[in-house]
Amino acid sequence: MMQEGLDDGPDFLSEEDRGPRAVNVDLQTDAMLQVDISDALSERDKVKFTVHTKIPPAPPRPDFDASREKLQKLGEGEGSMTKEEFTKMKQELEAEYLAIFKKTVAMHEVFLCRVAAHPVLRKDLNFHVFLEYNQDLSVRGKNKKEKLEDFFKNVVKSADGVLVAGVKDVDDFFEHEKTFLLEYHNRVKDASAKSDRMIRSHKNAADDINRIASSLYTLGTQDSTDLCKFFLKVSELFEKTRKIEARIAADEDLKLADLLKYYLRESQAAKDLLYRRSRALVDYENANKALDKARAKNRDVLQAETSQQLCCHKFEKISESAKQELIDFKTRRVAAFRKNLVELAELELKHAKGNLQLLQGCLGILKGNT
Amino acid sequence: MKSDSPLFLVAQDLTLFCICVNVQSQPASLAAEDISTNSNGPKQDSLFDDDPEDLFAEATEEVSLDSPERDVLLSDGPSPAITPITPPTSVITPRIGHTHDDMFTHSSFDEIEEEEGGDSFDIHISVSDPEKVGDGMNAYMAYKVTTKTSISLFKRNEFAVKRRFSDFLGLHSKLASKYLHIGYIVPPAPEKSIVGMTKVKVGKEDQSSNEFVEKRRSALERYLMRTVKHPILLKDPDVLQFLESSELPRAVSTQALSSAGLLRMVNKAADAVNKMTIKMNESDAWFEEKQQHFENLDVQLRKLHTSVESLVCHRKELSVNTAQFAKSAAMLGNSEDHTALSRALSQLAEVEEKIDQLHQDQANADFYLFSELLGDYVRLLTAVKGVFDHRMKTWQKWQDSQMLLQKKREAEAKLQFTNKPDKLQQAKDEIKELEGKVQQGERDFEQISKTIRKEVSRFEKERVKDFKTIIIKYLESLVQTQQQLIKYWEAFLPEAKAIS
Repeated sequence: MMQEGLDDGPDFLSEEDRGPRAVNVDLQTDAMLQVDISDALSERDKVKFTVHTKIPPAPPRPDFDASREKLQKLGEGEGSMTKEEFTKMKQELEAEYLAIFKKTVAMHEVFLCRVAAHPVLRKDLNFHVFLEYNQDLSVRGKNKKEKLEDFFKNVVKSADGVLVAGVKDVDDFFEHEKTFLLEYHNRVKDASAKSDRMIRSHKNAADDINRIASSLYTLGTQDSTDLCKFFLKVSELFEKTRKIEARIAADEDLKLADLLKYYLRESQAAKDLLYRRSRALVDYENANKALDKARAKNRDVLQAETSQQLCCHKFEKISESAKQELIDFKTRRVAAFRKNLVELAELELKHAKGNLQLLQGCLGILKGNT
Repeated sequence: MKSDSPLFLVAQDLTLFCICVNVQSQPASLAAEDISTNSNGPKQDSLFDDDPEDLFAEATEEVSLDSPERDVLLSDGPSPAITPITPPTSVITPRIGHTHDDMFTHSSFDEIEEEEGGDSFDIHISVSDPEKVGDGMNAYMAYKVTTKTSISLFKRNEFAVKRRFSDFLGLHSKLASKYLHIGYIVPPAPEKSIVGMTKVKVGKEDQSSNEFVEKRRSALERYLMRTVKHPILLKDPDVLQFLESSELPRAVSTQALSSAGLLRMVNKAADAVNKMTIKMNESDAWFEEKQQHFENLDVQLRKLHTSVESLVCHRKELSVNTAQFAKSAAMLGNSEDHTALSRALSQLAEVEEKIDQLHQDQANADFYLFSELLGDYVRLLTAVKGVFDHRMKTWQKWQDSQMLLQKKREAEAKLQFTNKPDKLQQAKDEIKELEGKVQQGERDFEQISKTIRKEVSRFEKERVKDFKTIIIKYLESLVQTQQQLIKYWEAFLPEAKAIS
């Protein structure tokens, strides 16, 4: 299934042929493309739905750079390695690609499911086209103008955000949410970064065990004493345990790190929603002031009235849907954490038991022979 | 700085000397001859001229047995006695030491045979209670060395003494000078660490200096155990004195930056050069094979050692990062406003905190069991390679004597035709002497070859035992870690499920 030669690197991505998967969504197109589509979706949405909808955050761009680098190194170093080393490295690389790809698939699936579940978004034409059109979608990336707009919007948003955050809300619910989200977002950010570091160390340790296994193997083949069988057995053991350690790191990544990253983005999106509501509130208050002024001067009263009514309507609508969104956010968050923490604990247990069995089995043999 | 009781040491060495002379008359006669020539200026010089290599190579090994004016050097034990002193230097060639050891060798090897059959080796040494003595740059760590044994060689069954690091180095230095050049694999002492010790001296009571002291304590213990496991070294009076004597003269020449230390460095360099120029006709394939085997083993062990050191480092990092994550998860749990989830996150934080301690403990096992085993053997292999080198040097010496004898014979033949009866007689005397030397050289070579064979066999047996024992212990530590992990996650799982 996988390519034999090394020149066809990108073909590692032809993962979908790996076997049947029960998915709700049919993923035919290149992962890169889907990210752009979601941008395009939200791009359109900003115009249509900005006022009263929270958009599911886009799945992150998959990062194959590290693996591509390794692949290149593997190709370059092929001449200087033994056959075993080369095969081993290649297997590692494949496992890594597989892990990254699985992650990417999972994230995109979640995104599309969320969109499908959203009462308003699911009806969007773009979404339907995305799911049904059976040829290549040609999505244009943001042009320069749009990119610049985004940049300025972000600048304005952050500046505004600071101003708006200072305004105390009359509504208890939103006041509480604001305080909560501010703190929660920062702590999730920290937890996400720390979990990444922890998992990185775990991967490094697994790599060391891999090298130890190789060295022990060489020692085993070279030794002329009793130790040769001993070393070979221990080498075999470490080969197996390091695979488990690598799997633990990968599972922690999937169940813990990704969860935290996702809720980092979610909490940011929630903060953005609150920000938009605050903006609407400010607009509403300004419209009120303008109306008062107009009435006092008895000029453009009708215009001011219409404007004020529009702002009021906008504000009320966004408050209503924001409240619902934030309640949903909590429900989803609790459910997601529950699911992931349970699965994390189950996987950790499974792997620890696996490791234990291997270790005890090997010890039994080694002690029996001495 | 110098020893407090040089007289004590002199007395000891003189006693040693006496025993030598009494017990073995035959080889000692040769030695006696040497002594008589030593007092003879020019002869002695020619002795040295003949073996220029010898002067350097044996510098660290020669015992200085001279008039009491030489006390000052004796306090350092059988350490270099040459450089600062101008000739005439009465330096007894290793033959004396050799003779002395022969006495031990012959009888002791028989004893080994017996012991190996019965396995009555019963001695346990522990190094403990590191204590800082003094302060500032003159401070040092004193360790308690406790010996528990039923071997009759010792005066008591259980006893303890206080020793400092330089005492251990001094012991090794003495043993190395006595036994290495005749083919015994003397376990190397733990390495010096100027940085590590400075921290301790300066008084930093932090984790890294505590770790340093613990690392050293453990290394010293392993060093002593390896030394006493060697049947010959166990019986050496320096070893016995080290373990039993409450007072030990300070070993000064072990200081890294002393003149003796510098001399050692020069000698090592000279040795390296010499090794390259000796081309030995190996008549015995066994030696070549073994040398190659140890060469390969060295390369592989170093590689493995590097990987294990890396594992220790990453495991420590994992422990630190897990602890940090635990704190972060606790904070997240605090700000989570859903009560059940908040509680579960706090519990996750607790689990991770326990796990970080687990990783720390495992990192210690990785280090003290696996990494140090490999480090010890890498250093031991240096000693093994050393004895092979000494065999080459012994061979070279023998060959040199033979060549010299040949030359002298040719010279004598020429002198036959001249009318110089004095010179002719001198030549004849020299030839007789050289013939003796050649014979001795051959005997030395055969002896060291025999010793090395036995030593290598013993070394390999120890190596197999060490690796098996320690690696099994290490695997058991891994088992324990996994068992704990299972316990922690099993406790957490219901908490996670309880989130509603």
